[in-house]
Formats: sequence, C-alpha cells, structure tokens
Amino acid sequence: MNPVTGGAFVLATVGKVMIFFTMLMLAVMLATIFERKVCGFMQDRSGPNRVGPWGLLQVIADGLKNLLKEETMPEQAVRPFFLLAPVLAIVPATILFAVIPFASPLPTQWGLVEMIVADVPIGFLYVLAIGSIGVYGVAMGGWASGSKYSLLGGLRGSAQMVSYEVALALSLVPLILLTGDVRAPEIVSMQQTFTAGPATYSTWFVFPLLVGLFFFFVSGLAETNRLPFDMPEAEAELITGYHTEYSAMKFSMFMIGEFAHVITVAALVTVFFLGGWDIPFWQGDNIRVLSDGTVIGEPTWWKTLLTLGAFGVKTSLLVLVFVWIRWTLPRFRYDQLMDLGWKFMLEAVTVYILVIAFVILGIEAVGIPAGGWYAFVLFLVNLGLAGALFFAMDRGTLIRGGAKGAKSAGGDAAGQGG
Amino acid sequence: MPGDVKVVERPRAESSYVRAAAKGMSITMRHLLSPNKKTQQYPDEKWELAPRTRGTHRMAVHEDGRAKCVACGLCPTVCPVNCIKLVPAEDENGERYAAIYEIDEFRCIFCGYCQEVCPVEAIHLGVHYENAEYSRERWVYDLERLVEQEHDVTALWDPQDPASQ
Repeated sequence: MNPVTGGAFVLATVGKVMIFFTMLMLAVMLATIFERKVCGFMQDRSGPNRVGPWGLLQVIADGLKNLLKEETMPEQAVRPFFLLAPVLAIVPATILFAVIPFASPLPTQWGLVEMIVADVPIGFLYVLAIGSIGVYGVAMGGWASGSKYSLLGGLRGSAQMVSYEVALALSLVPLILLTGDVRAPEIVSMQQTFTAGPATYSTWFVFPLLVGLFFFFVSGLAETNRLPFDMPEAEAELITGYHTEYSAMKFSMFMIGEFAHVITVAALVTVFFLGGWDIPFWQGDNIRVLSDGTVIGEPTWWKTLLTLGAFGVKTSLLVLVFVWIRWTLPRFRYDQLMDLGWKFMLEAVTVYILVIAFVILGIEAVGIPAGGWYAFVLFLVNLGLAGALFFAMDRGTLIRGGAKGAKSAGGDAAGQGG
Repeated sequence: MPGDVKVVERPRAESSYVRAAAKGMSITMRHLLSPNKKTQQYPDEKWELAPRTRGTHRMAVHEDGRAKCVACGLCPTVCPVNCIKLVPAEDENGERYAAIYEIDEFRCIFCGYCQEVCPVEAIHLGVHYENAEYSRERWVYDLERLVEQEHDVTALWDPQDPASQ
C-alpha cells in the first residue's frame, strides 16, 4: 500500500488538522483539570469536585464563565497589540503540534495516511523556529498592557525565553549526531530499529542521550514559563506579570497557550527521547514510510490505535512530571535563572555535544555497528556525565547566590556561578 | 543585585540542591499517591454542632401557637449591642404580649444573655448558623420569623455537668 497522493492527500491533511486540533484542545482541557486535581492531592486537598463526576466538567464551567465575563480594556493599553498578544501566545503553541507524529500510519482504501499533520523535511528545526515566536505573545502582552507589572513580566519573560532557546536548540544537537536526521518520524523509526540487522528491541534515546534529555527538559520548562522558571508570572512579585491586565477569554487564551505549550513540549520529549509512538517490547509496530513511498512493516488500523494510546500514555506521564515539578520546587531568583541559562546550561550543553561527538567518533573508529553495544557505550558515558553533573549541582558549585558573583566581575563562570 | 543585599555564605559541604529537590519531589509524590485529605464536603457533610452552640434565635410558643413572650422588657435591657426591638401591648384579658419583637441578627453578638434573662423561657438562641441573606433587611428577624425557626435551641448547661464543674 502506498501513501496517499493528490486530492486524497489534501482531504486527509485537512481531516488530520481538524482531528488533531480538536484532540489538542481536549488534551488542554484535561490538562487543566489534571493539574488542579494533582495539585490538590499533593496538598492534601480534593481539588475541584463539585461539577460533574470528579469535577471533570469544571473545565467547561470555567470556559463558559470566561466567555461570558466582561472583557476589560485598560485605558493605557495599546489596543491592536493588546488584542494581538493572546493570539500570538496560542498560535505557536498549537501549530508546533503539526510536526509531531502521533501514531503508526493508518491504512485506508485510498492509501496510507501518515499520522502526522506536516512531515516537513526540516523536522525539529521548525519546532525551534516556531517555539521562538511564542516569546512575542509574552513580550507584546506585557508591553501593550500599559502596566508596570505587566511590562516587567514581559521583559523577564522575553529575556528568559531567548536565553533558554539557545540551550534548547543545542541540547538537540546530540540527537542529530546520533540519528543524522531531523525529521520526527525518522527519529521515531530510528528508536524502533537502532540496529544494522532486523530489530529485536527498541532503543529509546533516553538511554544513549540521558543528559541531553535532562537539558532539553529543563530548557523546555523554561520555554513554557512553568515553575521553577515562571519568572514572567511570579504572582508574588508581579501579580502574574504579563497577563495581569487581561480578563475573561483573553486571559483564558494565555492559559490555553501555556497548557498547549506544556503538552507540546511533553510530546516533543516523547518523540525525541521516549520512542514516540513506539510500544516497547513489541516489534509489530516497526512501520516506516521511506521518502520514496515504500512502506516497511504492516500497517493496520488497530496498530494505529495502540500506538496512539502508547503516545498518549507517555505524553501524559511527562505532563504529570511537569505538574509534579511545578507543585514541588520553588521559583528561581531572577539572577540565578539567568546565571543558570547563560553561565551553566550553555557551557554544559556545548561540552556535552563535544563529548558525544567524540564518543560517537570513537565508537565508529573502533567499528561497533549501530545497535545495542553502540547505545550501551553511549549510555555509560551519559551515566558518568550525569553523575558528575548532579554531584556538582548538588554541592551548589554551579548555581549560587547572586551578590558576590555580581561584584567580582570576570573570572571562571562555572566555578563562581554568579 | 543591589549592593545592600545580605548574602549568607553557606559552606559548600553543607549545601544540597539536587538531593533536597529530590526529597521534596518524593514528599509531593507520596502525598499524590496517598493524600491525607481532611476536607469536609461542606454542603453535603456538616459539622456535628455542640448542644451549647449559640446561633440564630428562636422563639418558643404555647400549644395554641402564640409566642411565649410576655414583653417584660428584660431582653432588650440586657442586650449589650441593642439588637432587640420590643414594643409591648396588652390584649383584652390584660395579658401582655409583644406587639413588635425584632432581633437584628447582623448586629447580634450571640452572647446568650437574652436567653438567660428571659423569665418565661421564650427567647432562645439556637444550634444553627446557616443564615445568609441577600439583603441587610432580611437579617432583621421579626416575631413571626423567630417563631418559624425549627432548629434545636441552645442548651444553657451541659446535661452531664449541670454545675459546670
């Protein structure tokens, strides 16, 4: 069976856009109630439980409330940008989802439909590019509100997002070194069959790129403005920062954007490091569509459903980790945040890229073929690096208080750590 | 950072970031898995109120439905916040009754003096607190409304310990 072409392709794409957008919005709704429930349980509360079973309809009640509430327009606000900012917050977060493969390809009578909206050749470079646009929503919302607190929040937000953008992009370089490809379906396929011969096990890149996952996840937290990096909001200092002046549905759009961003980052971590829609310990889902249209493996509709379920489970667990971190760790101080971004993450990721590059070079010089041993050597290197990293971080060698470092200008950044 | 910020220098051997964070994470996860919930689902579950709880007033009535109040005037006199309004009257048999008897529950401090001072055990405080209203006027309970109240009246002493020892 060949991939769909022509008119069927257009129809399939439109259908996929609609289905996936609906799925994402539903996931956002569930994520909000999920976050409130989890946070409630962690604090020995019940969370919302009055509307519907287990409070599940609370989301709909809140949505209705936000639609019916009065929209305030501050006198000092710059109207066009004030209206544009929520849109700019929500659009990048949702269109990021276009390059994420959800499930194995679905066979239809017109041909094989790949479960990805747009399999763009530039792959995750698109993710990095669109992800950067998210900063405009924050900065514009903060500036156009005409409020000092909002402006501070927007400034902090843009500084933070631009800083961590660098680490986010660099933390994916080892992935390119390992796979030699930037397309998300190709990365998933590599994780399913990371061997020269026929695959007998999956090699999720969480093992050979453990430290890379850590850097990507931390940068992802900063990108989504979630705790411990929620400087733009900082409700204790800035009264929720850039969306202080927003009310009703415009405020809601910022929140939807934030949650969509969280889900997107969770999905990206799943695709890049946790095997995407791969079901572990089962080789029946090793389905791959080559660029010339040939299909390897046997796609069936139930495999599509199963792999979609696997993808959903992995993504939900990662969203749980996001929520878990948010309700545990305190917020970084602003200077610590910047120090962590520029004086630690950037250097550490660069060193990590060099180490991984040399190790891969060494492995290939020794002549170990792609497969279990190849991944195992990388895993050992990563374990060593992770151990050293966590030891150094635990003793506060890398992140320390601000005033001392600020006075002694210059000097070894990693040693003093600001 | 501004120059006058006090920085506490912590010895490197004593500082712990990752371990402390991991410990915090384990605590929150433990609570997530087995939450020690104490929340009372209020409108569904209510407190067992003590028999001596002092709340919304209630007027006792005779068997024929008349209020027991004889309009002696002791309760408005003893009331420390002046929340009782009483206008006495006399019927054709020469018996006194309250023509107007109003208690402003908004002003009342629920001290219970009116119940203690009442010679005919007419006015009582009640074991009841859910008396929210949409307007201030509704907080002034007239005689009819005081009679209509159905909750338990406040016990003046603990039956097990009448001498309050």
